[in-house]
Amino acid sequence: MTNIRDMGRRISLAWTPGHTTLAIVVVAAAVGFLPFVKMGLVVNGVFLGAIIALGAVGLTLIYGILNFANVAHGDYMTMGAYVALFIVGGVLGRLGIESGAIGPFTFGYPLLVAGLLAAVVVAAGAVLLDLGIYRRLRQRGVNTVVLAMASLGVAIALRGLVQVIWGGDTHHFPRESKQVFHLPMDVRIPPDAIFIAIVTVILVAAVYFVLTYTRMGKAMRATADNPDLALVSGIATQRVIWWTWAMGASLAATAGVLLAIFQAHLLPIMGWKFLLPLFAAVILGGIGNPYGALVGAFIIGVTSEVSTQWINPSYKPAVSFAILVAMLLVRPRGIFGGPQS
Amino acid sequence: MELAGIADYLVGFIIMAGIYAVFALGLNVHWGFTGLFNIGIAGFFALGAYTTALLTTAPPDPALFEDFRFGGNWAEKGFLDLGIDLWFFLGLGSAAVVCGVIALVIGYITLRLRDDYLAIATLGIAETVRLFFLNEKWAANGSKGLYRIPKFLGDWVSPENYDYLYLVVTLVVLGAMFLAVERAAKSPWGRVLRAVREDEIATEACGKDVFRFKLQAFILGAVIMGVGGALFAHHFRFVAPLTFDPLLATFVIWAMLMVGGSGNNLGAILGAFIVWGIWSGTQFLPGFFADPNFRLLMIGVLIVGVILLRPGGILGEERRTTPAAARPPPETAPEES
Repeated sequence: MTNIRDMGRRISLAWTPGHTTLAIVVVAAAVGFLPFVKMGLVVNGVFLGAIIALGAVGLTLIYGILNFANVAHGDYMTMGAYVALFIVGGVLGRLGIESGAIGPFTFGYPLLVAGLLAAVVVAAGAVLLDLGIYRRLRQRGVNTVVLAMASLGVAIALRGLVQVIWGGDTHHFPRESKQVFHLPMDVRIPPDAIFIAIVTVILVAAVYFVLTYTRMGKAMRATADNPDLALVSGIATQRVIWWTWAMGASLAATAGVLLAIFQAHLLPIMGWKFLLPLFAAVILGGIGNPYGALVGAFIIGVTSEVSTQWINPSYKPAVSFAILVAMLLVRPRGIFGGPQS
Repeated sequence: MELAGIADYLVGFIIMAGIYAVFALGLNVHWGFTGLFNIGIAGFFALGAYTTALLTTAPPDPALFEDFRFGGNWAEKGFLDLGIDLWFFLGLGSAAVVCGVIALVIGYITLRLRDDYLAIATLGIAETVRLFFLNEKWAANGSKGLYRIPKFLGDWVSPENYDYLYLVVTLVVLGAMFLAVERAAKSPWGRVLRAVREDEIATEACGKDVFRFKLQAFILGAVIMGVGGALFAHHFRFVAPLTFDPLLATFVIWAMLMVGGSGNNLGAILGAFIVWGIWSGTQFLPGFFADPNFRLLMIGVLIVGVILLRPGGILGEERRTTPAAARPPPETAPEES
């Protein structure tokens, strides 16, 4: 059932004078703070933001088109990382393919292959889950909160599955230690971070291209706008939904692999822990707005990283939560949210 | 096992299931009656347990834990001169008040917005509470936690029989909560909550302040969860941040409510006993089935399965309407969806 308040442009591409003002304020605040902040933390925050961005862009698309909060999104990330681990260690390793290392990075091309395959596997899994669970619930016409509830069940089951197969302990991708880049102002960049940045730029550009120029992307935006109208205009909404899942889940899986590279370990709970920054970025950017999620992700990444200069680093999730609450108080529809939300 | 051993096991089982039933009742007020999606039960669980623990427990030996400064044992210090047995009630009450206040703040910020904002906020508050107690060693001894939380009426019976006494305490508290929630659900107030759950806009159009009703329901549920947390602390007599991981403090409780029947208070209690029975019973199974990871997987499958196959759970929601309302509606044009 379409809630009157949920209508309106959910994947909005509009840029208004208000946004310009806001951007100026944000940039001015950032520049003003810069002298008091360690540059290294800012740079680290940008890389963290890149990983958040991949998860958040997918999450916000699913949120906008299917109209519910996919609580299992963090566990799609976990799944991606573990599937990649399985492919690198269990399949390619057995075939005698050495992982090695390419260029300045700590991993070899097998991990690239594994990451791609993991994205495909998780995307397929997400579509199957939609077939088995979410589509049935949609057909029953339940309230969207019930979909979110079901996704909580999916999240628990996925984590259980990961723990049954791989156990609850930490794992690692095969890695070689590599030189860290030293830049002026005491900035140190681990080589893998550059890889993370490159992957994020490519994927975000791909999402932009799909949403702006392809038929499917336009259909996605139309469905997000008004599912009923999209359906009567001849858009196969079911197919749009499957493509949304595939896109969101493969982005999440990639984010999971990148996160595992970034922190240099895998844990079954890593995705659930990442849920808070993901949702903070989505809400900050305005639900359903991928570019908003992108901006939100970098704001969350940089702020929570810079906050460690003054407060205990383990409070990082709490910092994203604090930003989220502040946003809900000031502008609940998000930075780029439309007039209604 | 001997008979006495079995009896002890059963008593311990009923106490834990009873405490979980209190949480399931609280969640029923949130989800079953009002449709509020709270995925941070662990936060209220921890707040309730820590509140009573901090008020009643003596600080650990300062020679061993110099970080810990907040010695709250007001019962022993003679504050208000109540003795520990009366402080138990104050502990329960304070746990309820603390959870209620936090729920008021969270609810006030998020309940005007989309439904799922509350879920994200409860997730955030659970994580923040956990991080606070983990990092602020001065407040609650960090990851080592608080132990030797005093017993309620500990002098009345010998230690080996104490569980029987606490069983009665648990059941009395559970019964009180059940009666209170049942009465609330039957009242006009409870009817408005179900109306909010079914259709907010229609309820608003009937002149009800939806936001206020949601806020009240959220606070009531959180208060019940706070009492449950306090009850847990005095049973387990040890609280640490690790005690309140999302699995045993949030997910299991969701499974209980969904299995028993959301919207039905008896169902919430029944679900708590069934799921806790499965959870603690499977550890006796051989091999693979006793694996806690497998149980985690099954909890998730259980929740999804109930939603798909039997949305009402075992008992389903009680009809609280007049028989006249049970007549099939006249054939009209299908509702727009």
